[in-house]
Amino acid sequence: MKISCEVNVHHLTRVEGHGNITISIKNGVVKKAQWEVVETPRFFEAMLVGKHWENAPYICGRICGICSIGHTLASIRAVENAFGITPSPQTASLRLLLKHMETLQSHILHLYFLAAPDFLGAGSVLPLAKSHPEVVQRALRLKLLANDACDIIGGRRLHPTRTVVGGFTMLPEKGQLEKIRQRLMASVPDLLASAELFKTFTIPDFSRETEFVSLKGDTSYPFIGGGLVSTDGVVKKENQYRAMTNEYCTKGFTSKLSKLSRRSFAVGALARLNNNFTLLHPTAREISKFLGLVPVNHNPYMCNVAQLVECVHVVLDSVRLIDTMLGSPWQEPRQPVQAKKGEGVGAVEVPRGILYHYYKFDKEGKVTKADCVIPTSQNHANILHDIEALASQYARTGKQDREIELLAEMLVRAYDPCISCSVH
Amino acid sequence: MSEPLSYLGVPLARPKVGFFELSSCEGCQLQLLNNEATLLDFLNLVEIVNFREGMSERADTYDIAFVEGSVTRKDEIARLTEIRKNAKILVALGSCACFGGVNQLKNRFRDLDWVKKEVYGDFPVETMEVHPLADFVQVDLSIFGCPIKKEEVERIVTDLVVGKTVRHPEYPVCMECKANENICLFDLGEPCLGPVTRAGCDAWCTSNRRGCWGCRGPAEAANLKQLEEIMRTYGFDREIILDRLECFGGFASFTEASPQKDKKAPARRKKS
Repeated sequence: MKISCEVNVHHLTRVEGHGNITISIKNGVVKKAQWEVVETPRFFEAMLVGKHWENAPYICGRICGICSIGHTLASIRAVENAFGITPSPQTASLRLLLKHMETLQSHILHLYFLAAPDFLGAGSVLPLAKSHPEVVQRALRLKLLANDACDIIGGRRLHPTRTVVGGFTMLPEKGQLEKIRQRLMASVPDLLASAELFKTFTIPDFSRETEFVSLKGDTSYPFIGGGLVSTDGVVKKENQYRAMTNEYCTKGFTSKLSKLSRRSFAVGALARLNNNFTLLHPTAREISKFLGLVPVNHNPYMCNVAQLVECVHVVLDSVRLIDTMLGSPWQEPRQPVQAKKGEGVGAVEVPRGILYHYYKFDKEGKVTKADCVIPTSQNHANILHDIEALASQYARTGKQDREIELLAEMLVRAYDPCISCSVH
Repeated sequence: MSEPLSYLGVPLARPKVGFFELSSCEGCQLQLLNNEATLLDFLNLVEIVNFREGMSERADTYDIAFVEGSVTRKDEIARLTEIRKNAKILVALGSCACFGGVNQLKNRFRDLDWVKKEVYGDFPVETMEVHPLADFVQVDLSIFGCPIKKEEVERIVTDLVVGKTVRHPEYPVCMECKANENICLFDLGEPCLGPVTRAGCDAWCTSNRRGCWGCRGPAEAANLKQLEEIMRTYGFDREIILDRLECFGGFASFTEASPQKDKKAPARRKKS
């Protein structure tokens, strides 16, 4: 059956930031399939020029209201790499634990508040509080745990206060970490229940082969720093990030876009998992298989499942990290910082994918050049081509306007885009 | 979720509330979703009719509009004007909305073309000087902070619902920090704007041994000259103070004016 349909979504809801979807199908032929990013740019890279290095993580953390911890950590890493500072093992562990808790917080927010309503036939999480109270309570419990942990380690869940170049301004009390450990253990049944819930969801049957880019772990599932890898076989060092991102500007996007071996690539939980599956915690790997996610998976809707798998991984890995910390006395929280002329890159896997911060400093430690490459900006071209492919697939099968609109919305939401972040 | 509410036996209306964002990180809105422990109670207090980040349904009339972010493009002026028209009470949510926030750091550069070129090269992008909401519309209430403090927002919203006058602390963060029994950061070698910044955050940063950057703007009768003297005594560069004073735009009226003139502290810019 040949169909005609018009989909016009202005300022898509339940995503961070402002984007539009337009699909126009006439007699089974796709005339237009567009993903537009209309967010206002804030010009963070220009703002930083002339600023003392200490400003960089403080200001750049404010690029994003969801992954401010990830931005802060990427920024700190870039500054430390420029100044030749290696974080102490204690600092590295605490940062990873903080990163894990942000990943958990952000993934749970996305899975339950932004994505799940589509699968449960609701417009938002609000009616679910009535129709599925146990589901909403479970989501709130998991999110509260993650946010409390971020408060304890980073000082604040949003725009963290304790994270600085050289380490932390102060350390959590060990008793607080012990309590977080108990709550992490207690959250495992909630995560298993989440897996059971997502098992009941019908994941749209759609696949488009693409390239997946992420950090490459050596001995552990990667989050902070290290080599860069793609499923098409590209391997680069952290400081070669520009060769991995190849940013360009195009009409219809106030965000920059990226490409590598093909005309687009994807970053995010699915990319991380596709590139590092064997490094997941064994339980997380089991749950991934239980939910039908085995690499390399090219269904973008499976990004939701990949996020859930990562929730399991970060919870269990956090328990390990806390056990290590509890087993030895606290060292100094912070090492002294000596500014010097140079440049540095910090690559961090934030919830939505790989994030790069780059700064160049003069001899007084003032920023002369800044560059931030955001996961969602790397995903935009891939989202656009997915929407084109989705439109032509369903133009042939004869779906209703509303069905195609919902599938397109769910597709964009599956990437968990952080649009204001991507434009910054 | 829709049982009738009452306060001291007086029935209360659940106001229709909308959340909107201009140029921002959307973190202040997320702070509300970050209220896990009290979120469901909070939702009982109001009827959310517009919250693009969290729900698909939208409505065009609301009693209270919370607007996050600053104005950085012409189309945002039109959106803001429309929101103002539809709302009985317009609340500037967070430092970007109140003062321009970190976004206004862009205004340090007189040459906007350089700013555009630095980020986008020759690709054409529309932008303008960054403004707080009050430069274009009447703002009925400001909630300061980067980010806003969720407990404070809940208190303010509760005050609005029960019809109480909303008051901000007039004293500085320094008072809250002392009350929290923290060691003074100056003595730990850390610069801090706590002595001049409006309280209400419960010394959020300084209690975590992070110096205050002044995100909530000036306290009433903030004495910048005295702060400069203290900072000099402790050996901090003047540049460090200026970096912080200009970070969120709350002290714009101080940094623009000559430091010699003892101007009365205007809490925010004039309404237009």
